[in-house]
Amino acid sequence: MHAVYPLLLGALLFAIGLYGVLARRNAITILMAIELLLNAVTVNLIAFGSLIRDQYNVGQVFTLFVITIAAAETGLGLAIVLMIYRQRGTASVDEQRALAEPLRGPADDAGGASAELAEAGSAANGAGAVR
Amino acid sequence: MNVFALLTIALPAIGSAATFAGGRDRRHAQFWSVAPTAAALFTSLVVLAEHGTDGASVAATSLTPAGSYTLWLGTRVTGLSAQVGILVTVVALCVQVYSLTYMKHDRRYPTYAALVSLFTAAMLLVVFSDDLIVLLVGWEVMGACSYFLIGHYWERRDARYAAIKAFLVTKTGDVPFLIGIGVLGVQAKTFRIDGVLDYVASGQLRYAPLIATLLLCGVVGKSAQFPLHSWLPDAMAGPTPISALIHAATMVAAGMYLVALLYPVFTAAPGVLILMAVIAAITMVGSALAAFAQTDVKRVLAYSTVSQLAYMLGGLAVGGRSAAVLHLLSHGAFKALLFLGAGVVIHRVGSNEMSAMGGLRYRLPITFWTMTVALASLVGVPLFSGWFSKEAILGAAWNASGEFAAPGRIVAVFGMVTIALTAGYATRLWLKMFFGPFPEASPEDSRVEAPSTELVPLIMLAVPAAVFGFVALGQGFFGSWIGGDFGEAISSTVSADLRPEGLTSLIGFVLAALSAAVVWDRWRRDPQADPAVMLGPLRNAALEGFYVDDVIDLVIVQPARAFARVIAFLDTEVIDAYVRGAGVSVRGLGGLLRRVQTGNIQLYLTALFSGVIVIAIVFAGQVR
Repeated sequence: MHAVYPLLLGALLFAIGLYGVLARRNAITILMAIELLLNAVTVNLIAFGSLIRDQYNVGQVFTLFVITIAAAETGLGLAIVLMIYRQRGTASVDEQRALAEPLRGPADDAGGASAELAEAGSAANGAGAVR
Repeated sequence: MNVFALLTIALPAIGSAATFAGGRDRRHAQFWSVAPTAAALFTSLVVLAEHGTDGASVAATSLTPAGSYTLWLGTRVTGLSAQVGILVTVVALCVQVYSLTYMKHDRRYPTYAALVSLFTAAMLLVVFSDDLIVLLVGWEVMGACSYFLIGHYWERRDARYAAIKAFLVTKTGDVPFLIGIGVLGVQAKTFRIDGVLDYVASGQLRYAPLIATLLLCGVVGKSAQFPLHSWLPDAMAGPTPISALIHAATMVAAGMYLVALLYPVFTAAPGVLILMAVIAAITMVGSALAAFAQTDVKRVLAYSTVSQLAYMLGGLAVGGRSAAVLHLLSHGAFKALLFLGAGVVIHRVGSNEMSAMGGLRYRLPITFWTMTVALASLVGVPLFSGWFSKEAILGAAWNASGEFAAPGRIVAVFGMVTIALTAGYATRLWLKMFFGPFPEASPEDSRVEAPSTELVPLIMLAVPAAVFGFVALGQGFFGSWIGGDFGEAISSTVSADLRPEGLTSLIGFVLAALSAAVVWDRWRRDPQADPAVMLGPLRNAALEGFYVDDVIDLVIVQPARAFARVIAFLDTEVIDAYVRGAGVSVRGLGGLLRRVQTGNIQLYLTALFSGVIVIAIVFAGQVR
């Protein structure tokens, strides 16, 4: 079999997965898209493994490894999504913005303090007249 | 004998450390302030007795010599230093004993006593040091002690300002002084006093006028001569015993001691001798006039001190080294006595003002008689010690020849004027304090004689104030003891005749008597009035010290403050602008980056992915 078919399949899967991760809003869909990304990689692993005729079959070993990790990751991800849904009543990703930077940070208030310091310094220079 | 000199320095230093260590324990402080000072007096007497009329006796060691110049720690005993050492220990002991009761109700007495001991040690270090750098250390420690003791009552605003003023003004002189010592030592390749004097005697000294002028700056600052004199009257804000010890008898005389010590350096520069004479003339007449106008007893005595120090400077300017040292010693005795007596009076009366005094002759008989002796010595009543020393200076000025001729004329003329003025203000002080009616006298008045711890020092000091001058009568006796006119180096060949000169003595006595009579006559006609009114329009100017402070304020303080304002402006508005600008621009950039952090994870991932693509493209381009 020509190598282009599995590689094309892998690229197609990766593109679909990327679209799902970057564009879909539902957290479950995103988790599924992540699975697609991982599977695209495993397809590549197996394809290249047979292409270079690897006698140790490292590509297949890693594929099994990735499947295991993906199962664990999905379980963890689903748990997180479930917790978020229970707490916030939605699993929509674009509404999860608690870690956004506020546009006016707390450091902006420090501007007034340094001006006061400079004023106090110049006032001290004027005081203490020596007789 | 050098061991005893070392002990004389070490004993007050140990006493000071022990007093500091004792905390607020008053009895501990009393013992450790008086006993070491008394022991130092004993050892300094041993030093003088053992020294005799030899030249310099040096014992010094250097620790870890390295580099071009070695610091020599040791003592150098000469007739001059032995005698000044005795003056220091005598006055210090009197002041410590006097302070036992005078400072009885002061919470900070232990600190005070420890600082007096430390001052005594520093002054003795100046007197006995073998090395100019070590001398400078003692010189500066004295200045620091003076600062702390003037500011002893730091709750009072005038004491704080006076302390700062004294410190700054003396430092103004000390900086050129330090440079002068440096120039001298670098040329002589040693800072040891013997080495420096030998080098000067060999005639190789270059830049002698410059060095002498730089050294003179330090002397003018420390000894409160014009134009750096105005700190001394203000320094009277300190406790009275401090005024007696530091600001009359010893520290301010250290400047004159230094000129006497390095006298060949000054005689090598005739122009500086004239400068010295001019400074002395301005200072002695000006401050005597100011003393005449003051109403505060201590300020009268302070201006009198400035005037008498100018006398010594004048004596040094005309080649009368022995005469000046004689006046230094006799002045130390009688001026310390005057201050201590004034302290007794001030405590009994409760005021520094002369207008609050009067008629104290019968209530304070011992104070009256001892102060009368001291005032007689100050005025120069014949056969009192001040008369001998003053006539010795005037005689030296009158007979000055060669390079001393020009300064001699200046000092002789202004010295005569000052004699008249001194007699005037001393008589005024005497009459206003002890004679006349008692202001607001009440029957149950508490103005009784002081406790014996205050009277014994008065009597102790009255003896030298009265009879010390007779040492001048011996043919060359005193002069050969302190090393003649030109320093220890050639002590065997020159010895000054200190006996009073006939003509100058006569003129001086007539002037003093006339002046005293005029003041007495003015007072007799109206005992309530202040004889200072005789100064007429000069009175206000003299009371304000001839506005020297205002001139200094205008010429130095105001420009310095304006300059400081410019510097402050440059600092806060120019340099700080860059610092603040760095902060502001970083915060602005942070604000821009903050907009990227929307919290949308898909945005982050998109950026991440595009970044990976960019990296991949760049990487692929490089591989090819």
